[in-house]
Amino acid sequence: MRLGSGSFAACCVVVEVLGLAVFLRGFFPAPVRSTSSSEHRAEAPVPEPAAGASSNWTKLPPPLFSKVVIVLIDALRDDFVFGSKGVKFMPYTSYLVEKGAAHSFVAEAKPPTVTMPRIKALMTGSLPGFVDVVRNLNSPALLEDSVLRQAKAAGKRIIFYGDETWVKLFPKHFVEYDGTTSFFVSDYTEVDNNVTRHLDKVLKRGDWDVLILHYLGLDHIGHVFGPSSPLIGHKLSEMDGILTRIHTSLLSEERKALSPSLLVLCGDHGMSETGSHGASSLEEVNTPLILISSSFERKPGDIRQPKHVQQTDLAVTLAVGLGLPIPKNSVGSLLFPVIEGKPMREQLRFLHLNSVQLSKLLQESVPSYEKEPGFEQFKVSERLHRNWIKLYLEENSSAALLNLGVKLRRQYLDAIRTLSLSLSRQVAQYDIYSMVVGTVVVLEVLALLLLSIPQALSNKAELEVPLLSPMFSLLFYLMFLVLSAIHVIVCTSTESSCYFCSLSWLTAAGVMVLISALLCAVVSALSEMFVDGKLQRKNTGPSNSRWSELDLLILLGTMGHVLSLGASSFIEEEHQTWYFLTSTLCLALCHEIYRNCFLGNCCEPGLGGAVVALQDEDAGKVHKSHTPLDSLRGSEKWMALASPWVILTCCRLLRSLNQTGVQWAHRPDLGHWLTSSDHKAALSALSAFCLVVTFVLLQRRCSRTSRVAMALGLLGVYCYRAATGSLLLPWQRDKAASKGIVEARFVYIFILGILFTGARDLLKSQVAAANPKCKAVGLWEMYSGLALLAALLLRPHNLPVLVLSLLIQTLMTSFIWKPLGHDAAEVTVMHYWFGQAFFYFQGNSNSISTVDVSVGFVGLDSYMEIPAVLLTAFATYAGPVLWAIHLVNFLSSETCRGPAMSHACFCYALVCSFPVSVYIILVTSLRYHLFIWSVFSPKLLYEGMHLLITAAVCLFFTAMDQTGTRSRISS
Amino acid sequence: MPLNFPLAAHTRQTGTRATTQENTMKDTDIKRLLYTHLLCIFSIILSIFIPSLFLENFSVLETHLTWLCICSVFVTAINLILYLVVKPNTPSKRSSLSYKVTRFLKCCIYFLLSCFFFHIIFVLYGAPLIELVLETFSFAVILSTFTTVPCLCLLGPNIKAWLRVFSRNGVTSIWENSLQITTISSFLGTWFGAFPIPLDWERPWQVWPISCTLGATLGYVAGLIISPLWIYWNRKQLTYKNN
Repeated sequence: MRLGSGSFAACCVVVEVLGLAVFLRGFFPAPVRSTSSSEHRAEAPVPEPAAGASSNWTKLPPPLFSKVVIVLIDALRDDFVFGSKGVKFMPYTSYLVEKGAAHSFVAEAKPPTVTMPRIKALMTGSLPGFVDVVRNLNSPALLEDSVLRQAKAAGKRIIFYGDETWVKLFPKHFVEYDGTTSFFVSDYTEVDNNVTRHLDKVLKRGDWDVLILHYLGLDHIGHVFGPSSPLIGHKLSEMDGILTRIHTSLLSEERKALSPSLLVLCGDHGMSETGSHGASSLEEVNTPLILISSSFERKPGDIRQPKHVQQTDLAVTLAVGLGLPIPKNSVGSLLFPVIEGKPMREQLRFLHLNSVQLSKLLQESVPSYEKEPGFEQFKVSERLHRNWIKLYLEENSSAALLNLGVKLRRQYLDAIRTLSLSLSRQVAQYDIYSMVVGTVVVLEVLALLLLSIPQALSNKAELEVPLLSPMFSLLFYLMFLVLSAIHVIVCTSTESSCYFCSLSWLTAAGVMVLISALLCAVVSALSEMFVDGKLQRKNTGPSNSRWSELDLLILLGTMGHVLSLGASSFIEEEHQTWYFLTSTLCLALCHEIYRNCFLGNCCEPGLGGAVVALQDEDAGKVHKSHTPLDSLRGSEKWMALASPWVILTCCRLLRSLNQTGVQWAHRPDLGHWLTSSDHKAALSALSAFCLVVTFVLLQRRCSRTSRVAMALGLLGVYCYRAATGSLLLPWQRDKAASKGIVEARFVYIFILGILFTGARDLLKSQVAAANPKCKAVGLWEMYSGLALLAALLLRPHNLPVLVLSLLIQTLMTSFIWKPLGHDAAEVTVMHYWFGQAFFYFQGNSNSISTVDVSVGFVGLDSYMEIPAVLLTAFATYAGPVLWAIHLVNFLSSETCRGPAMSHACFCYALVCSFPVSVYIILVTSLRYHLFIWSVFSPKLLYEGMHLLITAAVCLFFTAMDQTGTRSRISS
Repeated sequence: MPLNFPLAAHTRQTGTRATTQENTMKDTDIKRLLYTHLLCIFSIILSIFIPSLFLENFSVLETHLTWLCICSVFVTAINLILYLVVKPNTPSKRSSLSYKVTRFLKCCIYFLLSCFFFHIIFVLYGAPLIELVLETFSFAVILSTFTTVPCLCLLGPNIKAWLRVFSRNGVTSIWENSLQITTISSFLGTWFGAFPIPLDWERPWQVWPISCTLGATLGYVAGLIISPLWIYWNRKQLTYKNN
């Protein structure tokens, strides 16, 4: 079967996406689970250990608190309560922390610091895996054992107000609830009022046992305005007021009921310096956890620093406090201060329960649990405990008993700490089999791509894909049989869950066929190349085509970038790599231009006159007829000489627009300066200027209708931003901010209009095939439609990124690529590099927290999953996508070059899939690295998404190429 | 101005006698080149050890700026001395004093310009614009010392000649060839010197611009060592046709 290299590359990338999907499914493991979690029968509680005389304590201890109120404030960072902000804005809370009957802790949240996994951690005490981030947007019901499940089973009445996620996670657990949606990031007052409005009624009623309130406003303020916004202070004092109300009401109730109640104030995750979350910086990880109850006695003048604990410790503490069994999968340890006031025997009983639960979990998740130090400690303390109970029941002297008890308590606490640590360190098993299958597919595709380079980049741009012949070859069937045998063996022998085995047999067989077919194709390509190489070596001498410096740079840069992915710091600071490479590329281009301009072709032998011209002052003029820059006139030549410097300056400006990465992310940048409320006027002026320049740059090659639509659309973008309150309109002052839905939809209409006109022009060119100009206009209209969409979605301070990318593209096209005559492969790699650099110029990084989720709500009333995901993906990858589309434009305008488009498609596919494939291997070998969850996994997700986008781009390329060839043939 | 025909291979059949003569000449040239380069390396080593005799608390990393200045002065001085002593160029016909003075002044201006040029390039590469200006500028000075000063010594203030030397096949003598190698290796050293900056090892030499200056110095030294060896190795293939 003969295929064009473009369509071949597109097919390869699509297959690669499938392989990567299988790999990802295997890589993100299921978190530590107790195997008996599926059956939820109530087990008999563990009795108190006793030697000889049986203890009379076999039931669970009675609840410590009659009522529990949990106030969860989203994105509450520890210094919002314990720092200077807490003292200023939360006076009541800080009074309680310092002097009142309360215990305060700094609870450390494990990454990913995103709401849903954190809620799970708080309620189940287990550590949710990284996949939960991806599933964060539509959370399925939680099937695990949790405090809420136990509370419901014990007949407690639970009331919940706040983030909808809870309702989805715990359906039918609440006797009463009101969910607020967390997706309107720009709304930060309504969302909390919807929670608070129930408060008075509920507090008065008192017919409940557990009340949970989840406030989202603070998180929304953080996302939109950052942690230093004055709105944070307002929100904190509002929260303080709510806490005061709840506490006074609880106190008055206690006076009546005479049993203490517990008020918990906590955050699910923190907030980074840019106001978002998801990663593992200290600001995102540290949250306050304050337990308030009148049963906590405190001597006056007893000032304590908040102790560092784990977020998972809350679940077990709540379970003990409510007199419930501890959730099975909890890895937390009991917060000891809570039970400090109890008699020694009860304290020991609680500690025993916790350590029994932890050791059970350890037994189920670690095969060699008996060697674990925590387990040994637990056994020792259990034996001591038995003796202690014996002494206790024999009524020994109380002082000695107390001493012994204190010692035993310390033993228990040590055991619990060790157990909990080894459990949370226990990373769930990777699904190696699925990972291997995915890796094999991806690597085979890469090998096929690499082997077909010479054929695909030849002038014909076609290659023979041996698909049919291997189907009948022996190798194929042997391979298939071996793979099937391996599949059966692995799936029947493995104990842990395996995704690939859980697939239906037909699908698995399909994948096997794919793998063996690919292998056969690789082998045949290899043998063909070997034979060809032998023939060629016999026929001709060594090829005399030499690599230019630019080719060398491109090759080494790509390799260097791929190698750099093995180091966590280089992944964190990947933007630096791209900035460095693009700067070097600009300098190399600069060198090439200057050499061409001043020296011309004098180095070629046979042009003796050049030497004379060299010494001449105006060598350029004399010698101009020989230089490639000869097509340019005087002023244009100067522009060509200046353009690398202009591009370098633009890149430097963009670089200081958004500081990303980890090490230097806190540095002041232009973006923060522009978004601060004092510089709104400057931001407005800049945005207006950017939109005007965008129009000027885009309208050149559009048809008249789309030109008008473009102007109106850009106007609409400004109006939209003005409506949301981030920009100023001179005639509208102090207008309340709205969601700007009307304005955004207005822009959407124009975007769709422009895209439609473009598509129509493309179709027309395909049908009529008379007018090649029609196609260029159509493509350009597609491009400008996407640019307009980017203008709408990018934050106002990021508009310069869009403008400068358009400017750089224009400069490069007219002064560098066209005059110097780079071939399609070089131009493609340059586009790819700049696309990557612009990905980071936008403020993206390789951590999840820099994804701007608010983009998904531009012009939408409520959360709709598919549009939101598409919009977010486009806005995140706006840089690479715009550069790729520009590449199509550039190459289609050069009609004379023949197979340029297929070459470009092939190169683009190769250049994108190479890093992914190598990265998969790197990640597999580094899977026990310390930073695997915080650095490598997010990057893996980004790479997967990038490959998906590349597949889309390659398909677009192929479509354009098809129309191009068809029109060429028919004309 | 010599003609630049660097035809590398295929010129062995020009006549044995001429070749042997050329070869002996070349061998002496290569020897001179090696000695001058060894002197340059020696000057860099001296710049590390001599200041600690006079200055207290001197170390390359902690008092980096001082070392940069001293190193730059040493290397410039040794380059000038070697230029005056060895005289690799054919002496200019016009050797009037005023011509020499203007040439010298021109060289000084070129040196300053190249410092500013490098500074601008560092900023474009991402060096901080306002903070650490002194550090960035002294880095520019040391890089100019390694690259521009030898160029000025050998080629004089003549941009065209520079462009010729640094394009492919533009070299006309052993000296220019070694100049090309040392300059390119200093640039490469600087380029690679920027690599460790993002790593989180938190070593004192990762601070801007220390790793880059060290990279430049190492690249320069490597170039000084490599270029005579490389020329010696390829002396059969290298033929510079001088008219």
